[in-house]
Amino acid sequence: MEQRHELSHSELFWGFNRIALSGFGGVMSWARRAMVEERGWLSSEEFTSLFGLCQFMPGPNIINMSVCVGARFQGASGAVVSLLGLLVAPVIIIIALGALYGRFGELPAIQAMLRGIAAVAAGLILAMGLRMATDLLKRPLLLFFSALILIAVVFLRWPLLAVMFGLAPASMWVAARRYCKAP
Amino acid sequence: MNVVAEIILQFGMLSLMAFGGAGAVLPEMHRLTVDTHHWMNDATFAQLVAISQATPGPNAIIVTLIGWHVAGLTGALAATTAMCGPSSLLIFIFMRYWEKIRGTRWRLIIQTGISPLAIGLVLASGCIITRGADVGWGAYGLTAATVMIVLKSRLNPLWLIGLGALLGLAGIV
Repeated sequence: MEQRHELSHSELFWGFNRIALSGFGGVMSWARRAMVEERGWLSSEEFTSLFGLCQFMPGPNIINMSVCVGARFQGASGAVVSLLGLLVAPVIIIIALGALYGRFGELPAIQAMLRGIAAVAAGLILAMGLRMATDLLKRPLLLFFSALILIAVVFLRWPLLAVMFGLAPASMWVAARRYCKAP
Repeated sequence: MNVVAEIILQFGMLSLMAFGGAGAVLPEMHRLTVDTHHWMNDATFAQLVAISQATPGPNAIIVTLIGWHVAGLTGALAATTAMCGPSSLLIFIFMRYWEKIRGTRWRLIIQTGISPLAIGLVLASGCIITRGADVGWGAYGLTAATVMIVLKSRLNPLWLIGLGALLGLAGIV
């Protein structure tokens, strides 16, 4: 793909700042719109490939994305600047909200509002999981592992590291045997 | 151990376990902060998650809020750095190899094998927040309605968050 233009550090910082501030409850869909459709930083294919990498690696997806995009245009310093662009404003806002919560969180009206918001927040997270799960319908055997890990962490409350060590090899084994046949 | 050192250690490890993003390690965060360290109770955890969802920005800033709640400004900055640092460093190093292994079978196997676990963990997060937030059928109904609306429409979640706050104030949830 042809490079439309080089991005400066300040473009990266303010670009990610805008992305961070325009999305609630996760910003990946906004990131795609801003970087691919509005600004033309990346082609659609580049975005998809990077997104695959960011999902494949551990860590918050959009934060991984900012590191990759920043590094691509400006190396290590670009990665740092993009990461800061993404984080600085939300961190300030959430600390301010945290301070308000510490001060007024016990008020019945605030408790009532937070109860309502928490119910919505739970729904947002469940919907994200269900949307991701529709991709798995092609590989129904693997849904079994989704169910197992859910039971292990929600009901049995086992430590994640142990659960991952147990289930990841098993899940990959099934993936290898059933869904990723050797050529 | 000093509480800030504890925060750095715990969130630093979570950073490297967060396959599927910050949402996937919410259950583990809940287990560590509520069960293991007793930094807060179930309801407070659910409320902090609620606040973080109502804040623009990456989902991962829930850790900033947890850090703030536990150890003030130092805690907030320590938690944020610990959650974002190790994974960012890892992907920075790894990204140059990503294109090289495109299309290889083992990349496909890892990707295919990890994804159901990530999905299970995101759904687990939803279950834990639902349980922490629960005060009755009103809340469950609102959660279910949110799921339906998000899956069927492209409404900005901010409207739903506002609606949740109003329904809460009205005493319905």
